Amino acid sequence: MAVDTAAPPAVPNTHAPLPQARRAPRRTSDRHPWSSRVIVNGLLAAVALYTLMPLSWLLVNATKSNGDLFGRPGFLFGEFHLFTNIAELFAHQDGIFGRWLANTLLYSVVGALASTLVSLLAGYAFATYDFAGKEKVYGLVLLGILVPHTVISLPMYLLASQVGLVNSYWAVLIPGLVNPFGVYLARVFAEGYVPGETLEAARMDGAGELRTFRSVALPMMAPAFVTLFLFSFTASWNNFFLPLVMLNDSSLYPVALGLFSWNAVLPQQPQLYAFVITGSLVSVLPLVVAFLVLQRHWRSGLTAGAVK
Amino acid sequence: MRPALSSARPDRPRLPVERGPALEGASPMASPRPGLGRRAAPVLFLAPFLSLFLATLVAPIGYAVWMSLFREQAASGLGFGGTETLFVGLDNYLRALADPGFRRGFAHIALYCAVYIPVMVGGALTLALLVDSALARAKRFFQLAYFLPHAVPGLIAAIIWGFLYTPGLSPVIDFLSGFGADWEPLGPDAVLFSMANAATWQWIGYNMVIFYAALQAVPRETLEAAVVDGAGQLRTAWSVKLPMIRSSVVLTMLFTAVGAIQLFNEPEVLRSRSSAISSDWSPVMFIYQAAFTDHDYGLAAAGSLLLAALGAVLSFVVTKLGNRWKEA
Repeated sequence: MAVDTAAPPAVPNTHAPLPQARRAPRRTSDRHPWSSRVIVNGLLAAVALYTLMPLSWLLVNATKSNGDLFGRPGFLFGEFHLFTNIAELFAHQDGIFGRWLANTLLYSVVGALASTLVSLLAGYAFATYDFAGKEKVYGLVLLGILVPHTVISLPMYLLASQVGLVNSYWAVLIPGLVNPFGVYLARVFAEGYVPGETLEAARMDGAGELRTFRSVALPMMAPAFVTLFLFSFTASWNNFFLPLVMLNDSSLYPVALGLFSWNAVLPQQPQLYAFVITGSLVSVLPLVVAFLVLQRHWRSGLTAGAVK
Repeated sequence: MRPALSSARPDRPRLPVERGPALEGASPMASPRPGLGRRAAPVLFLAPFLSLFLATLVAPIGYAVWMSLFREQAASGLGFGGTETLFVGLDNYLRALADPGFRRGFAHIALYCAVYIPVMVGGALTLALLVDSALARAKRFFQLAYFLPHAVPGLIAAIIWGFLYTPGLSPVIDFLSGFGADWEPLGPDAVLFSMANAATWQWIGYNMVIFYAALQAVPRETLEAAVVDGAGQLRTAWSVKLPMIRSSVVLTMLFTAVGAIQLFNEPEVLRSRSSAISSDWSPVMFIYQAAFTDHDYGLAAAGSLLLAALGAVLSFVVTKLGNRWKEA
């Protein structure tokens, strides 16, 4: 922890700088008045209701037909129409929704794998080697974290159009490979997980640098790999502005852009309501499941990135 | 560099010195060493990232600076004969700054930040302190429930909230009108709060988890000392826990502010339902419109750089304030 510079040394009964006048009657630490327990847990439950309400609304309303959406609003169930909705969703416009899902998978899985590898290589190099100007280059990379992405999308579009990459898979994939925050995390992880002595031992055994990385360092950084992969995966799954700028051809759209294009014409084409709602559910569900399954790795990434 | 980021080093676990896994085929006698040498290695390892970094981050910024100094103009007054590119110096910046739409956009995001950042960061902090307190039950469940919205992509979150703001679909509007409250979430007075709410919903749990993890790292002894000294739960939270996680709080404020000035998804999605949102409602929307509707690339580039400059100023101010808070 870098934050606990103000912490007193770990001596029990140290007098923390609290005014004596505040001394409250002692009570055993696990016995609190039930009223404050009810207030605290009641508050927490109310916020949980707030965070869970929109997704449950989505779940309930994906089961309704277009007519029931407005006829039986809110959390009232209508006729159970979920599977019909899904079938119609995937059939609409020659199955373009399935195509969008496949594109999204391509952008996020392939993109995240490549991006993770690129970040790990760079982070490992920053952690392991000394070379001239290292910290300057690293500082530049950290500055890259703060560059607003929407700001560089337009010049990136113009540059991409000059090299003929606009409106192609590459236009979305290549910019997604660069993740300065990933390099930062990879460096933190590499410094934590890969002891210099182990690398030295591998070198003494005659392994080249590339081999040392592949056979010794990479396996040791496996948890970092998962965390970084999750970060890049959600970043590209979340990326909306770049595809919006780069892609014209709707068959290249990721699912968010596709749903956006349907959502934008809802006032003119209300028959799309059920598709947008069911489509949102279908595209959110894999992420929710992945998140629940991989919780531990999310947390380790968050804490490595933010607490230290 | 930014101390909050670069001072970050994990406590390096002191693993026992172990021999590397046996590397079959790597002869200990081999000299010169096979494979990559130690001097060339960092160059090779950094090459993929740095070349991409240059191509997709540094080059676009440089190109934006270049573009912002030029203006495309019809070669003849009648619009025949294509366009010519004129060097106009800082004229694009002046045009952007004088544009009432662009200025309104900044006013909008200023108000948006004033609403969103205190509510979201303060809310996340409160939740983290509550869950960390001895009074909370079901801590794992609450963390899960709060974090779950973050698994929803931002654009889809905006679409879902768009439905929840639509009369006839929304259970919230129905619920409130049951009490006689007339709530128009997409009306001119409320729409900014509705956007802030959608963003808060998405980010409050994420930041709560970050704060909670930081709180977990506060040494037990410190908290026990506070209890021995007679501090109650509230007092401990305010005077002991909060000061100890301030670097997390500052970092979160920084990322939140940089994200908030790029506001685009929520207004762009809600625009199809609300007449209160113009097509240049936020600065990024203004830039998008200048570039892709008006094809005024000079203006768009100048606007982008002005926004980036604001981001840089914000980062600087937040970091400075954060440092002062740390020293206090």
